[in-house]
Amino acid sequence: MQEIEKIVNGKDLFKRPEYQDVLANKKQFESSMLAINPAKVAEVQAWTESWDYREKNLAREAITVNPAKACQPLGAVMVALGFEGTMPYVHGSHGCVAYFRSYFTRHFKEPTPCVSDSMTEDAAVFGGLVNMKEGLKNCAAVYKPKMIAVSTTCMAEVIGDDLMAFIIAAKEEDGGEYLPAEYPIPFAHTPSFVGSHITGYDNMMHGIMSQLTEGQQGEKKQRINIIPGFETYIGSLRSVKTIVEAFGTDYIMLGDHSDQWDMPAGQYEMFQGGTKLDDARDCINSSATISLQKYATSKTMKMVEKRWKHAGGFSNPVGLKGTDEFVMKLSELTGTEVPQKLKVERGRLVDAMQDSYPYMHGKKFAIWGDPDFLIGAVSFLLEMGAEPTHVLCHNAPKGWEEEMRAMLDTSPAKDSLNVWAEKDLWHMRSLLYTEPVDFMIGNSYGKELMRDTGTPLIYIGFPIFDRHHLHRYSISGYDGALNLLTWITNKVLDQLDEDTKGIATTDYFFDLIR
Amino acid sequence: MGPESLEAKQKAAIEEILKAYPEKAAKNREKHLGVGSPNDETQKTCGDVRSNKKTVPGVMSQRGCAYAGSKGVVWGPVKDMIHISHGPIGCGQYSRAGRRNYYIGVTGVDTFVTMNFSSDFQENNIVFGGDKKLGKCIDEIELLFPLNNGITVQSECPIGLIGDDIGAVAKVKAKEIDKVIVPVNCEGFRGVSQSLGHHIANDTVRDYIFDGKLNIDTSDVTATDYDVAIIGDYNIGGDAWSSRILLEEMGLRVVAQWSGDATLKEMALTPKVKLNLLHCYRSMNYISRHMEKEYGIPWIEYNFFGPSQTIKSLRKIAAFFDESVQKKCEEVIAKYQPMIDAVIAKYKPRLDGKTVMLFVGGLRPRHVIGAYEDLGMEVIGTGYEFAHDDDYKRTKEEIFRSTVIYDDVNEYELEAFVKKLQPDLVASGIKEKYVFQKMGLPYRQMHSWDYSGPYHGYDGFAIFAQDMDLAINSPVWAHSKAPWEQEG
Repeated sequence: MQEIEKIVNGKDLFKRPEYQDVLANKKQFESSMLAINPAKVAEVQAWTESWDYREKNLAREAITVNPAKACQPLGAVMVALGFEGTMPYVHGSHGCVAYFRSYFTRHFKEPTPCVSDSMTEDAAVFGGLVNMKEGLKNCAAVYKPKMIAVSTTCMAEVIGDDLMAFIIAAKEEDGGEYLPAEYPIPFAHTPSFVGSHITGYDNMMHGIMSQLTEGQQGEKKQRINIIPGFETYIGSLRSVKTIVEAFGTDYIMLGDHSDQWDMPAGQYEMFQGGTKLDDARDCINSSATISLQKYATSKTMKMVEKRWKHAGGFSNPVGLKGTDEFVMKLSELTGTEVPQKLKVERGRLVDAMQDSYPYMHGKKFAIWGDPDFLIGAVSFLLEMGAEPTHVLCHNAPKGWEEEMRAMLDTSPAKDSLNVWAEKDLWHMRSLLYTEPVDFMIGNSYGKELMRDTGTPLIYIGFPIFDRHHLHRYSISGYDGALNLLTWITNKVLDQLDEDTKGIATTDYFFDLIR
Repeated sequence: MGPESLEAKQKAAIEEILKAYPEKAAKNREKHLGVGSPNDETQKTCGDVRSNKKTVPGVMSQRGCAYAGSKGVVWGPVKDMIHISHGPIGCGQYSRAGRRNYYIGVTGVDTFVTMNFSSDFQENNIVFGGDKKLGKCIDEIELLFPLNNGITVQSECPIGLIGDDIGAVAKVKAKEIDKVIVPVNCEGFRGVSQSLGHHIANDTVRDYIFDGKLNIDTSDVTATDYDVAIIGDYNIGGDAWSSRILLEEMGLRVVAQWSGDATLKEMALTPKVKLNLLHCYRSMNYISRHMEKEYGIPWIEYNFFGPSQTIKSLRKIAAFFDESVQKKCEEVIAKYQPMIDAVIAKYKPRLDGKTVMLFVGGLRPRHVIGAYEDLGMEVIGTGYEFAHDDDYKRTKEEIFRSTVIYDDVNEYELEAFVKKLQPDLVASGIKEKYVFQKMGLPYRQMHSWDYSGPYHGYDGFAIFAQDMDLAINSPVWAHSKAPWEQEG
């Protein structure tokens, strides 16, 4: 029973003897093996740690277990929330939207507005035109967004709804009451059964950029567009802007959700910040576009380079080398020397790397996440002399595996470094048991791996549900690399203390100064 | 404020809110909003609201889908079975381990609740069908997770649209692996909310667990006159455990939990119990009714939120059994009373008179009202994401005063109601949480217990009281205004 002076929740309540009795008593009715035959559980558990299991596990062709990717419309919702006053609108069933909103909200601890047009069985039979007509009108009337960005769920894609025709029809029927002809409603088809959330990001970004700029082409301006990609670190967006601003150049960040998902307390406004729609319309007239995530923007950048003939290209400012390249690209595009401010920042980062390197050097890491994140983060690990033993990318697009392999081949430890494209986190479990590492870097889904294999987890990635405020920091630019360095080094030091804290046994190594 | 003026204020709020909608939407939403009055006999449902209808498109409803109702609610917590999210990758990922269905077991070896098994449909599966892939998925599961006691196939939207026959695949494979395989056609576009998913899942329990062939031995459990099953408790934060302990203390034997911390065997044992105890009526009344009709097992609804309702429920349950149980029931009530008195003495002075607005799912919009009342708090608005008429009828019996009732409330409406009615606490889900916290309003998630709980039973009530106090009386809300903005 609870004690009034110390009321405890489930964490400690169920450890009490009366509850331990309840749980033990329940076992007589259970069919789980632990209740009937704990020895069998131990035997199978041991087998799941073996090479034999690993081979069978890696041979899987059909079932995915504990994935490290999500579906297209999630990325589309992120893009929409990076534009001024824009409501993400998902054409399809509303369960999906409940999921996208929960998923982002759990990560950012911030509200995530997004509507659906709630298609049900009749829409599955007759198509979702009626839903679109009503949905766009209601959304415009109630939330008064400046723009509505339409993407699709797999339901709408399977029945083949035609977004462009539907949007035109919705505007025509409304007759301008809520949806004037010029009301911006860009759209993108985002089928969940193709690619992953980064594909959806690319499709929606392409949709917004291509549709808002229609008929806007004019005089080229000395201005740089920056496309951040599926970036979940709010601080990264700010670091990138600070770097660009240091060059004194005019720029537009396309899809800037840094204010939307980082609202100050005090009052609630549904939409905050974001790329100005006028800027988005004019982005075609910039002289250059830099995408910070190659694999999350391949379609968009193809348009920008081939049709818009923009200079720029890709640059991934995660890690020292990545940031150097980004800075040099800006220097080249602006014809400006690297500003003193950035030189000092770089110097400080390198100084910090030289202070901490003994703790990362030679340490083995397993790491997973989105393809572009991995390119940057693995580059940083290599810059520190660490060994990325297992680099796993579930949503690896074409070309990623080769690029990652080439990077790993620059390491003296290259023969023991492995790339795992299109594998999931149950594969990772086998890898960790059979070829163990010192640390893991990844998202919250790694915590079951941490529990099972005992490998310490450094939380870097998306989604992170069970650690607070990490997303507010930057992992990009020199300051972002310093954050990576700090998180990783201090986790190594925490673990060193953990391993040496045995009183009168190992604590000779429990050093005060490290 | 007198009851008339409160009611008038509430009605005015509804009228005002409807003005923002285009005509058709306003007409629709008007029917889902009302003012519930406990003494008004003319009201058919609480506030005379309409429910379980299609959501108005484009308004930011908080509802989920049939897949969420089946995989996320009913089937997902059954711990020794593997639940395949059948279709594209997203649904299983977004719903992974989000509901806090606690269980005991070695995850990945003999229990699987917090894992995500997906058939990860690609374009070719849409074009050519996914039945072959499903068969292969089942083979691989059987190879790598041999201690599973069965598999369910939780259909995502495309399955029903491309004409796959998961029933046929399940039948063939079940024979091959000699385990139960349950095909569930809970595609997200079916019905108007999670609710139809509950119903579909209940029906598959009937067809595949009760009427199916199970490779599981139940003969070692001999039925007794005191056997009961807990139905509709998903063991969120351990709720079913803090309920079970009370039932056991009064001499009953809890043979099964549906479906928090449940196993296949417990479900198979249930048709032999003497009484089914139904907590979440909405999600599991179907299977309870079926067991009544088919096996003659009566069922009663109970409410383990807050001491007043808990005591009422314990006595109601005991009345079904003999005097020995009734005597022990009184002993249980007496045993916990001093602790409950102390909890109320400690927290009621800190919470007395505070007002709450609720918006939750299955049973909580009405079941938790009593728990708040026990702490001296008043619920001034409540509503359900996916209720039916029978839920709103039951809600009438729980409200104490004029209460705003909002069915399938959307982001705009809830925000507007809160601004107009100014509660001291908002209690709803994760999607709404930060909207209200930004406004400086104390907030508790009432789906997941905000990562605390359990809230059921006596021990749970102490935690509930502590958590509500923590939310309402935290110093953090006073920081929203900067010192240079303070008046005077």
